[in-house]
Amino acid sequence: MNTQYTRRIFILLLLAFLCFGAVVLSISTGASKISVREIISTFFSDGHTLNYQIIRNIRLPRTLVAMLAGLSLAVSGAILQGVMRNPLASPNIIGVSSGAGVMAVFIMIVLPDYFYLITPGAFIGAMLTTILIYFLSWQNGIRPLRMILAGVAVSSFFSAIISGLMIFYPDRVHGVIDFMVGGLAASTWRDVEMIWPYALGCFAVVNLLANKLNIMLLGDETAVSLGLRVEILRMIFIAIAALLAASSVSVVGLLGFVGLIVPHIARIIAGSDYRVLFPASALLGMLLLTLCDTLARVVLSPADLPVGIIMALLGAPFFLYLLRKGLQGHAA
Amino acid sequence: MLHSDKVTFGYKNFKIIRDISLTIERSKIYAIIGPNGSGKSTLLKNLARILHPQSGVVSLDTIPFNKIPVNEFAKKIAILSQIHNVPEDFTARDLISFGRYPHLGWFGRLAKEDDEIVDWAVHVMRIGYFQHRNITVLSGGERQRVWIAMALAQKTAMLLLDEPTTFLDIAHQFEILELIRKLNKNFNLGIVMVLHDLNQAARYAERIIVIKDGLLYREGTPDEIITEQTLGDVFRMRVRIVRDEMHHCPYFIPMESLD
Repeated sequence: MNTQYTRRIFILLLLAFLCFGAVVLSISTGASKISVREIISTFFSDGHTLNYQIIRNIRLPRTLVAMLAGLSLAVSGAILQGVMRNPLASPNIIGVSSGAGVMAVFIMIVLPDYFYLITPGAFIGAMLTTILIYFLSWQNGIRPLRMILAGVAVSSFFSAIISGLMIFYPDRVHGVIDFMVGGLAASTWRDVEMIWPYALGCFAVVNLLANKLNIMLLGDETAVSLGLRVEILRMIFIAIAALLAASSVSVVGLLGFVGLIVPHIARIIAGSDYRVLFPASALLGMLLLTLCDTLARVVLSPADLPVGIIMALLGAPFFLYLLRKGLQGHAA
Repeated sequence: MLHSDKVTFGYKNFKIIRDISLTIERSKIYAIIGPNGSGKSTLLKNLARILHPQSGVVSLDTIPFNKIPVNEFAKKIAILSQIHNVPEDFTARDLISFGRYPHLGWFGRLAKEDDEIVDWAVHVMRIGYFQHRNITVLSGGERQRVWIAMALAQKTAMLLLDEPTTFLDIAHQFEILELIRKLNKNFNLGIVMVLHDLNQAARYAERIIVIKDGLLYREGTPDEIITEQTLGDVFRMRVRIVRDEMHHCPYFIPMESLD
């Protein structure tokens, strides 16, 4: 009991430490290298140096967006995998990606003059799609499987609209592809402001509800018999997952993959008790997205790759490796 | 006392159970029997508030279910479902601790008293030697004991069980039934369980509720229920009834199907 507790604390501290390292690395890496000492001295400088301008206006917002989006997508995925009791659940399942995508692409292609509406439009599109899927799958309550199937159907429908728009306006697809892959290149303080209230607010609430989600893992009947209001809780959890994912996706593009694999990696490392899994997923999401974005900047420097590409290219094999190792550990 | 008054449940026009009125005393062992699809699990779930009747009322000590807050209800009646999701890496003790959930405060921390109750449940269900093992490595019988221990940790006055022996081999079936009887005798825990095996119902239950085609066929003592006529009517079986002198209960031997 106590050793388990110590182990969990140790894992979380280790992840937090790595996360901090990744943040420092991310701020120091880029077209112009800035050493750790320079970073520290920059923070105490009067703000007129070039390094200060780079860190303050370019690196810091980008790193913060990476951290917040990593946290949001990972925690959103962790929630959905629990609520749906399905390991394949991710923010895509509740239509966040397709809803954000269809709105963003529509604005980019049909109303390019209103580009500043992309972020709020994508957010609204994501939330409306989640609500649509929720009601489509409602029948004397929500059955997770029915919601997943409805999500797949609605997502395919919206994907078709996106493809259609791209085919009719082939000259305007450039920005669209960036959005579909997901990238942090143009992150600004406004993006940080868009994400942080949702990310931190939802994360706080979700940690308070962690033990309820543990009990929901036992199945609806058992959860009801333990006095949980399963239907209301499920709605709350889905709403939180949607807010987290929608705020991120509307800023960084369709990085849904983060929400699929990070919770699994966190589960292999920290176990499936949500009281640990939530903070572990959050830290791991921040860590991975920050690291991958740093890599995306240097791999083909000076070109700046969309982080989604790096995330999938490195994340998928790493995930498969952990999965095999984790499974062997399980059998032993 | 658990009381159902003309309880009907179903989907749209299809009624699974109809007009079932029953009174269940708190401290006895009841078995619900009936053919497949007769609605016995549905009845149990209505009694456990997992399903809500389309019409009719279920009440506990004359208070209708919908007047009892969900959390309070979970301190009075526990139900053991037939199918559980087993989370990957919870230990037996982790699961049993969830039984304390309805008694915990908002932050859900276990107090010393809660730990003692979990200890008690572990002791009663003889789980001590594997309580820190991962639930996924336990055998079917061990797992069932863990689930019952979780329900015990709820510290309710009644325990409802949906086919508690179905997936177990014969030795473990009897082990579970013996433990259930012990809970009833030692701790005065009221038991209502759906059973498939009529001879087990005859031996372990004090009262048997027979459901046929969604209707209450009859309720009575094993001697009143386990008869050639009832089993012929309800299960379409010709049977011979003998007496188990050792356990003082009727025992049936199947002869042939009547269909």
